[in-house]
Parts: sequence; C-alpha cells; structure tokens
Amino acid sequence: MVDTALDQLRRSGRIVVVGASLAGLRAAEVMRQKGFAGSLTLVGDERHEPYDRPPLSKQVLLGKADADHTLLPRRLDIDAEWRLGVAATGLDMAARTVKLADGEEVPYDRLLIATGVRARPWPNEAEGELDGVFTLRTREDGAGLARALAAGPRRVLVIGAGFTGSEIASACRERGLDVTVAERGDGPLVGALGGVIGAVAAELHRENGVDLRTGIMVTGLEGDSTGRVRAAHLSDGTTLECDVVVVSLGAQRNTEWLTGSGLGAGPRGIACDAGCRAFDLRGIVTDDIYVAGDVARSPHALFGYQFLSLEHWGNAVAQAETAAHNMLSESTDRRPHLWVPAFWSSQFGVNIKSVGVPSMGSEIMFTQGSRAERRFTAVYGYQGRVIGAVTFDNGRWLQFYEKQIEACAPFPPPFTTVDRRPDGQRPIPADFPDPSVPTHGPTITLSGYSPADRRIATFTPAGH
Amino acid sequence: MAHGILSQILDYSSRANPYPLYEELRKTPVFHDGTGPYVISTYYDIQSLLHDPRLSSDARNLAATAGDPLAEGGEAEETALPPSFLKLDPPEHDRLRRMTNRPFGPPHSPHRVDGMRGGLKDIVSGLIDNLGNTEDIDLVDQFAYPFPVTMICQLLGVPREDEPKFHVWADTLAASLDPDPDADPAERQRKTHDSRMELGMYLAGLIEQRRKDPGEDMLSQLAVGHGPDESMSTMELLSTAALLLIAGHETTVNLITNGMLTLLRNPDVLANLRQEPGLAVPLVEELLRFEPPVQLLPQRTPLVDIEVGGVTIPKGSSMWLILASGNRDPNRFENPDRFDPYRKDIQHLGLGSGIHSCFGAPLARLEAQLALTELARRLENPRLLEDPPPYRQNAVLRGPRHLRIACDGIRA
Repeated sequence: MVDTALDQLRRSGRIVVVGASLAGLRAAEVMRQKGFAGSLTLVGDERHEPYDRPPLSKQVLLGKADADHTLLPRRLDIDAEWRLGVAATGLDMAARTVKLADGEEVPYDRLLIATGVRARPWPNEAEGELDGVFTLRTREDGAGLARALAAGPRRVLVIGAGFTGSEIASACRERGLDVTVAERGDGPLVGALGGVIGAVAAELHRENGVDLRTGIMVTGLEGDSTGRVRAAHLSDGTTLECDVVVVSLGAQRNTEWLTGSGLGAGPRGIACDAGCRAFDLRGIVTDDIYVAGDVARSPHALFGYQFLSLEHWGNAVAQAETAAHNMLSESTDRRPHLWVPAFWSSQFGVNIKSVGVPSMGSEIMFTQGSRAERRFTAVYGYQGRVIGAVTFDNGRWLQFYEKQIEACAPFPPPFTTVDRRPDGQRPIPADFPDPSVPTHGPTITLSGYSPADRRIATFTPAGH
Repeated sequence: MAHGILSQILDYSSRANPYPLYEELRKTPVFHDGTGPYVISTYYDIQSLLHDPRLSSDARNLAATAGDPLAEGGEAEETALPPSFLKLDPPEHDRLRRMTNRPFGPPHSPHRVDGMRGGLKDIVSGLIDNLGNTEDIDLVDQFAYPFPVTMICQLLGVPREDEPKFHVWADTLAASLDPDPDADPAERQRKTHDSRMELGMYLAGLIEQRRKDPGEDMLSQLAVGHGPDESMSTMELLSTAALLLIAGHETTVNLITNGMLTLLRNPDVLANLRQEPGLAVPLVEELLRFEPPVQLLPQRTPLVDIEVGGVTIPKGSSMWLILASGNRDPNRFENPDRFDPYRKDIQHLGLGSGIHSCFGAPLARLEAQLALTELARRLENPRLLEDPPPYRQNAVLRGPRHLRIACDGIRA
C-alpha cells in the first residue's frame, strides 16, 4: 500500500487546536477516535480545561450549581499537550506556525481554529469596570455574578433582552430580586424570533415581575465614590438606581489574533467552506486550516447558501466532528457540515426550543397549541417554504418540524395537526426588525452579506 | 409471503419468538393487506411518526371502515369511562398528563421516584427471601408480578390486599389491547366494559376516602389537585387512576421477566452484572430495545392523508407502529439480534417517543434495574427449567406467563 501524506499525518503529524472549549475538545476527541496518533496540542486563553457554558446563565445563577463544577465530560483520553492560560496571538500561514502570547511558536501540519466568541463589553470602558458591572460568558463571570446575586442587591439592571439577558432576568426573579431589563428593540428575543414571539416573551417577563423597558437605551452607568455602580441613565431621560448591572449585548468573535495573517477572518467570524476548510482573504480555500464552532461562518445549502455563524451548543459539537473527520480524510471522503440550527433556552419556567433559521422568516403561523396559553409550536415561512420553527413548552414536536425544514416543505403547512387552534389557521407577519437597524443580536447571524448593504444582497430579509 | 403475516404475528404460536416475523415484515415497511391496519415496522419511520402532529391517538378519529380489530375496545371504553390521556390528543392529553405528573416527577416532585429506592429494595429483598423451594421457582408469580404490584399500590395508595380484586379487571383490560383473532368481539367488548366499570367504581370509592382524608399517595394528591390548571373532573381522575394502576404494573412484570430470561440465556452478561451492578443501567436500556414489554402501538390514526415511505395512508386509517421491530432494524442498529448491554448507541423505541412516551419510564427503569441486580447477586447458579417458557396470550404486552427457574441457593 502506498504511504500517502495522509497516512503520515495520521501516524506522526502535528495537529494544533486553537480554542479549548466545547468545539476544540470534541474535535480532539474525534481525531483520536479516528486513529490520529500524532501530536495534538490544545491552546486556550482561559486557564481552565473545557467547561460547559449553558449552566452559567441558569443553575449557577440560582445557586444550584457551582461555576467550578461544569467541566465538560471527557469521552476518552485525548493524550494532548494542553497550553492553557495562553492566548494565540498570531498565525503564519506560510511557515505553518501559531504564535502564542508567551512568545512561543507552535508548528502544525493541520490547524483547527475554534476560538469562539466573547461577551461584547460595555462600550464605555471606565463604566464597564465599575464594581458590580458584569458580562456573562466565562466561568469567572458566572461565579462573580452568582455571588453578586446571592448578596441580595436591591435592584439588578440587565442590558439587552436576548436569550442570555432573559435567562439572567429569570434567575433574578426566581431569587426574588428586583430586576429591570432594558432592551433597545421592541421586545425580548425579537432579533432571534421576531416581534410576534417577542410579544409573548414580553408578557412572560412582565407576569414574572420583571420591570421590562423596551425601545430604550442605557446611555451611561454611574458609580459612587468607591467605584461601585449605583445608577444607570436611560435614553428617556430617567435614572435607575441599581447595584448590579449585567451587560448582555451579544458576542464578539475572537478573530483579532488573525489580523494580518491572510486568513479570511473578521468581525463576523472566519469564512470556511461547508467542509470547515477556512478561506483565505482572496476567497481561496486552504487545505490545512479548519474552523469550527461559534467563530466559523459557513455556507448552508438549505438556507440559500447563506454563510451562517451560529452560537449554538449543538452546532459546536457537530461542526467540530465534521472538521475533525475532514482534517484526517481524503478529499473524496470529506463530508459537509449541514447541521440544521437548533437551540434551547429555559426562562421563567418555560422551555423554549427552536430549529432552522427563524430570522429568515417573513411569516409565522401557530400550528399547534395557543399563544395565549404560551404553550405552542410556531412555524416560520420564507418564500413559500418552512424555514424555522419555535416551541414554547412543546418541544416534543420539534423533530417533525425539523424534517419539514430539511425537506423544504411548503408554507403555510397544507395539512392539519393535532391541537390546531382557531388562531393558528393562517400565517401572520413574523415582525422581524429591519436588519439595518441594530438591535440585540440574534444567535444566528446571516453573514453572507452586510444587511445594510443592499447592493449585493440577493436575499431580501424578513419583511423588507 | 407477506400476506397473512399479521395473523402469524398475532398467532399464539409465534409468541415466544416473533422477531423473524418482524424481519419479514420490514421487507414491506408500510404493510397493508387491504382491510387491516397499516403496519409500520422500520425504525426511522416509527420514530418520525411518533413525532408527527398529523397523527392522532384518539380512537374517535378512526374512520368506521378502518378495519382495526382493536377499535371496538375503544368504543366500549367510552361508555364506561372517558379515554385516559394515553388515548387523547393535545390539548386534553397535555393537560391531564401535566396534572398527573405534578405529584410524580420534576419539576414539582423531583425526588418522588428516587425517594422510592429504599422501599423498592425492601420489597425486592423480601420477595427473594421468600422464594422458598429453590428447585422450582416461578419467577413471574413469586417475584416479577408481586414486585411492581406492591409498588404501584404504595405509590397510588391502593390497598395491597385488594390485589385479587383488581387483578381480574386488569387482566381483562390488558387483554382488550390484544388483537386476539379467536375471541368473540361482542363478548370481549362486554367483558372489557364491565371490567372498566367495576374498576372505576372501586377507584371512585378509594378517591372518595382520599378526598376526606388525604395522604402522601398519588391518588390523594390527584384528588386534591393543585397548580395553575383546574383539578381533574372525577371522571378524568378515574380514567387516569385506572391507567396508572394497570400500566404501572402490567408492563413492568414483562420487563423484569424478559430481563431475567434474557440474562439466563446470556450467562456471561449475568456474571458481569453480578460483578458490576452499575451495568444494570445500560443493561435495562438494551433490554428495552431487545425485548420491549410493549411490542407495538396499535392506536394511531392520521388526521389527513399522509405519505410514509411512498405509500399514502388515508385519513382515518388504523396504524400500528411495531416498536419491537424498529428496535431490531439493521438499518438502525448493528447486529440488532444480539443482546449487548455494552452497546453505545442505544436510542431504542422501547418506551415510545414523542408526547406519549412512557409516563412511568423513570419508575419502570428503576424497578427493573433493582430487580435484575438483586436477582443476579442473590441467586446461586440460576438456570432455566423451561426454554422457551409459556407466554401470555397478549401480542401487544408480550411476556412469559411463567418463568420456571432453579438455583442452588439464595445468598444473603
């Protein structure tokens, strides 16, 4: 048998994974499972081994789980060299080396970039550093915020009502804390799920005692003489006294370290093909650099070849598995990452799940259950096909709608279902905000074009 | 060949090993012989249909011409008690199941099942202590039946000493699920109806007592009611209680008996379980795949014409989903006919899936895990005296009627 370059790679190659979180760990495990026997290096800027993030905005804030105890389970020993607490600072594509913050250069034959995202900080740096002002992304963030909530603040202000912001508000109410949520858009979750569902989410907030203020911006945070936050100034001219502020304005992709490397990396993530191979700046696919997880943006055939960037747990796992497989495969054995976006959230006692890309939808129809009872399945339509679905306490039906999306099934659905109610007989506008007006970011970014740049847009976003 | 295969599956002589017939059936993934039900036998089709909102579990949506031998049982039921949530669609299903779940599981009663662990262990130990003559034990009568019955009585608050009474009704009602081709439908319908009536009256008496003097048991908690939903009506409560009482033990008996039978046929696994009690958890999952106590779901009907595997199934047809066949589908599981508790990929259909997935699953799993672990640990050199054992008539709730075993002694 011919000893190919791929055989050599599998036997004694050097693979470097930058990003030691969910996607990085899963990719490393899959590589070992597939028999990769060479050297494996995992680089992570946090000093912890990979941990799970979903509990950080849920059980941890309720004091039901310790932020230090959310380590991701290991499926096998990956026998890797761990470079934790050291950020990657540069990439030399020609020399095939990754530069680290400690000055070292790590050579690779194959590189997987899974550097993920970080919380978008409060734009005013001095205000963001006030005592009592938090973001929520890392384990330290979770532990710190949990401590602050346990101390019984008089009022918590959450800035931004996306999924994380809403979950934080929910945890505050469950702890009996007074909480104000300030959202620039018309309601919670509107970026991801549109105004119709946003209105349902707004009811949830208010019925659970959240002081929800929409269409409003926080213009400044004010500290006391000890450097502790004491108040926030709002765009309607009012001032809100609060002693904990959580900035929950979405995420930024960790791509700055690639500036000047020649890789197609920018604020929207790293462009790659459906097989997770990164593009360089000229739009040419690389053959030794792969991307997975939140930092990747890859084209998806089901969604008009839009480049999707997904901040979804399941996507990180699935994409890492595909990337790892492809890194160790001949070109004919590679497979595409065509995962149907799916995520879940838990807030105010309601289980929310979604599949597909609701934010592409222009219409919505309640196919099962009732909006008034807040127990329903709603389907999103785009140009006569099913493009997404969301359930509130109705998750067991979601698998069916996922298949409808995969099959490009017609919208509105031409059939009846169990639990179809009078208000689910016909579609209504899904009411997504104009994408050129910034709101709280959705968890799926359609990044194939700039939403504000109509010249190259071949796809007309929801309702516009 | 395919013609007549349904009657072969239902025939008692196939009871000990229906799996070759299922294999035959899977060659026609959507089987319909012109008059009978549409029979679905492959894993992925069943899995999809269990999540398909176009399918109803409510017998009232069956067309009169559906040709379902089980449909008559459904009508008899209506005249006695309203259908239980097993035979209802949302929103009624969801409301009743939710209310029933409050005293049983998370989020309102997160520790209920786990809190029963000690009590379960005591019952298991007591039954094993009293097995008596170790040269000829009937594991069904002496262990696999009394164990879940005692447990469901404790859980619901039904007096254990009433077992001889409700045993007869439960038997008749379980048999009504069986498409027994020999039975006279009118006679069977009458017996089913009478049993439901009598069981209903019996439970109504108990519930009346609990309303006056509520305890910690589930009947009391359901009768008193709490939470944002309104309480169940008395008739709903009776249907639900009857469902829990019957489904709460008829299936677990088979799970435990099938389990011990499978272990005795796989002595290496039995030996491993003795050494490694933690194996009980994956072992019970594999058992639910390999020998599921509910072999098929006979009560589904499409609300509209639907297409499955290229076949159009008309609205109102009777559909049978053969869970036990899907569980042995080689397109889904490697070596499906091999019993392998170390299997990594084990998303079986043994407890159903979707909104009607087994309500009592957490309890059934725990009961089977404890029962099999203790039997493996305490029975010295156990062996089968009869293989295959005699089976119960029922093709749906399939399991041995007796399981005669011998052993050299009982360990402490």
